[in-house]
This record gives sequence, structure tokens and C-alpha cells, in this order.
Amino acid sequence: MIAALRAVFVRDLMIAFRVGGGAGIGVVFFLALVTVIPFAIGPDLPLLARIGPAVLWIGALLASLLGLDRIFSADHDDGSLDVLLLAPVPLELIAAAKGAAHWVATGLPLVIAAPLLGLLLGLEPRMLGAIALTLLLGTPALTFFGLVGAALAVALPRGGLLVAVLILPLTIPVLIFGVAATVGAAGGPVPFDMPLRLVGALSLATFVIGPVAAAAAIRQIRD
Amino acid sequence: MRLIAENLTCVRGGRTLFRNLDFEVAAGRALLVTGPNGAGKSSLLRLLAGLLRPAAGRIALEGSEPGQPAGVSAHFIGHLDAAKGALRAAENLAFMQALLGGGGRTVAEALRAVGLDGLAEVPVRMFSAGQRRRLALARLIVAPRPLWLLDEPTTALDAEGQETFAALAAKHLAGGGIVVAATHAPLKISAQEIRLGAGGAA
Repeated sequence: MIAALRAVFVRDLMIAFRVGGGAGIGVVFFLALVTVIPFAIGPDLPLLARIGPAVLWIGALLASLLGLDRIFSADHDDGSLDVLLLAPVPLELIAAAKGAAHWVATGLPLVIAAPLLGLLLGLEPRMLGAIALTLLLGTPALTFFGLVGAALAVALPRGGLLVAVLILPLTIPVLIFGVAATVGAAGGPVPFDMPLRLVGALSLATFVIGPVAAAAAIRQIRD
Repeated sequence: MRLIAENLTCVRGGRTLFRNLDFEVAAGRALLVTGPNGAGKSSLLRLLAGLLRPAAGRIALEGSEPGQPAGVSAHFIGHLDAAKGALRAAENLAFMQALLGGGGRTVAEALRAVGLDGLAEVPVRMFSAGQRRRLALARLIVAPRPLWLLDEPTTALDAEGQETFAALAAKHLAGGGIVVAATHAPLKISAQEIRLGAGGAA
């Protein structure tokens, strides 16, 4: 069973890194969004530093919505979803393995890119670490909430936009606590650790809810 | 091992494709499902694999481990080949082997058996339809399963590929396996036949 799950994880990662659009597109979008904002706002460094954490989180949130709709529908389109359903492994665990691969391919690059982009926005060094840490704990929640939308996309050909719209409201708590923790790191109104723990808790909850709901949706849709 | 279908009724999109279908396939036997387009051949295979639920009736695979869904004892090859264009042939097959539990021939042996040796390192997006079909058939032997459910298995295969398939199927049947194939073309294996009519009666 572990071998089967590892095979799913490795296969999805290989596809993501080999098909150019998969992994790179989120980071490029993130980069584009964050680099144009200073041009739009103007050379007001204190203002940029104040809104920086929010800009980085919004960028990461939107970037991680890209490509979600293909997680299961690509397998549906070429028939491999049938094989995944007949594997001697519960679909919930396969969904979790696919979610993990998607996060490594799309979420992890955002975590690594965020501190570098933070420099562009004039964030304090302490905040750079905080933004990486909050994204590291928070982006898995975005991906695993997204799994549910990804499962629904199986029934909605070219439903990418709809998936993003469906998932966006679910991700708002992650955004709120993620930004709060980052701001707290630089001595904001709330302490750093409380919202950070909530972000972590949201991620842990989605590790269970996301794959179970996604598997249920796929079974329902395909019948 | 015996595959039994009793009183099977299939409704798709509000339309009854067939009703009260009964058949039995014993170990070592093949069943060909024929009939015009839209008669429900593919749906029948999906029912047998457990990918669809029947509107009525019962499907049982006697002799498989109790408590296991029938699909875990079955290979299902639909009209799609379930191969990823971005991956090489050997990578695709190794994935299937690991996913389905392995225990059969090695990837290299299976590729040789279906006539794809030498193409192991070629990305599948370069493959022709027939080569993709051969790769899909290679899945049958990297992870042995007693029940083969095949939807038009020889589509796009050349004459030699059809012989290869017939040999694989004959070997599977000789080992006590079961083959259920939906087809329009003769498959060169001895088999009982069930004809689905456009009107629904079997």
C-alpha cells in the first residue's frame, strides 16, 4: 500500500515538473503579482512594508488556486482515474498522495519564493522569516481545501474558474490568520504564535477533510 | 473462480440500456460482449469492474477473497489507455505495477511481450494509437489479476499486435483466468458470446 501511494506521489511530481506549466506557473504568477504592486503604489516604503504581508499572502493564495482543477480531471480525461479506483488502496489515501504531490510542486515553491519577494516590498528581516513560516504551515491547507474543488472539476469540464470561486471562501480563514501571524511577528496587535497555531490547525484539519471529501465527491460524480 | 451476473439492469442518463441480463463465466473461459454502438457494452464492463452501480441485479466473483470489492480482482482497460504523455513508457508501466500491487512480470519483460522493447525510454506522447494500446495491454501482465475486463482491446492494433493480444489472453485463460471483452472485431480466442441489443433485451 505504501508502495502504491509512493508511486502516485512520485508520478504526479514527475508530471508536474516535466510539463512546463505545472509547477512553474504558480511561482511566475506570484512573482508577477508582487513585482507590479510597488509600481502601482509608488515609492512609499513604509506603506509597502505595512501591506507587504497581506500582498504576499494574497499572491500565494491566488497562485495556489491555479492548476487545482487539473489534479483529478487530468486523470479522468486519460482514463487513469479508472485504474486509481481499482487500486487496492482507498481512494482517500490516493487523493491525499495526489494533494501532497500538488503541494510540493506548487505550494513549496511559493514558500521558498516568498521571502525573496518580501525584500522587494521592503519587509523587515524578522517578517521575512515569519512569512515563510506562515506560508509553510498555511499553503497545505489551501491545497487540501482545493482537493475538494479538484474532485468536483471531474464533473465540470473546463470548470477551472468555478473551482477557484468555490474554494476561495473556504480559504479566507487561512488568509486571515496567516497575515495576522506575519504582522504579529513584527510586534503587531496580536502575538505571533496564536494565529500561527490556528493556521497549523487548519492545515491539519484539511489533511483529513480534504481527501475524504474529495474521494466522496469522485465516487458520487462517477456513478 | 466464477463470474456471475444475475438480473442485471443498467440505466444510464434515464435510458435503460439492458435489463435482466443473466450470465455466468467459469474460470478459464472468455465472454465476448457484442452489439451495436450504444447497446451498453462499455457500461456492462464498468458495472462488472464496480465503476458503476447497477440499477438492479447482482454481480459476484466467486472464489475471490470475501470482503474485497470485485474491482480489486479485476483489470479494467477502457477505451482510454490511461497513459501519461509526459512520462516514458517504462515509467508509465512501472507506475501501474506499483499501483496495482505488482507480483507479475517485470516492466522490461512486459514491454517485450507486447512488442515495445526499445521504446521503454520514449515519452508516451510520441506513441501512435496502436503503441499506446500495446502499453495498456502490458498492464495486464505486470500485476496478475484473475478477471480481465477489456473494452475493444484490439482497437488500433496491427495484425501482429492482435496475435500478441490473442496469445496473452490464451495464456491467461489457460491459467484459469477469466476474460470479458466488448468488441466488434473477432478476437481469435474461443469464447462464449452475449449480444446486447439496441432495444435492451439480451
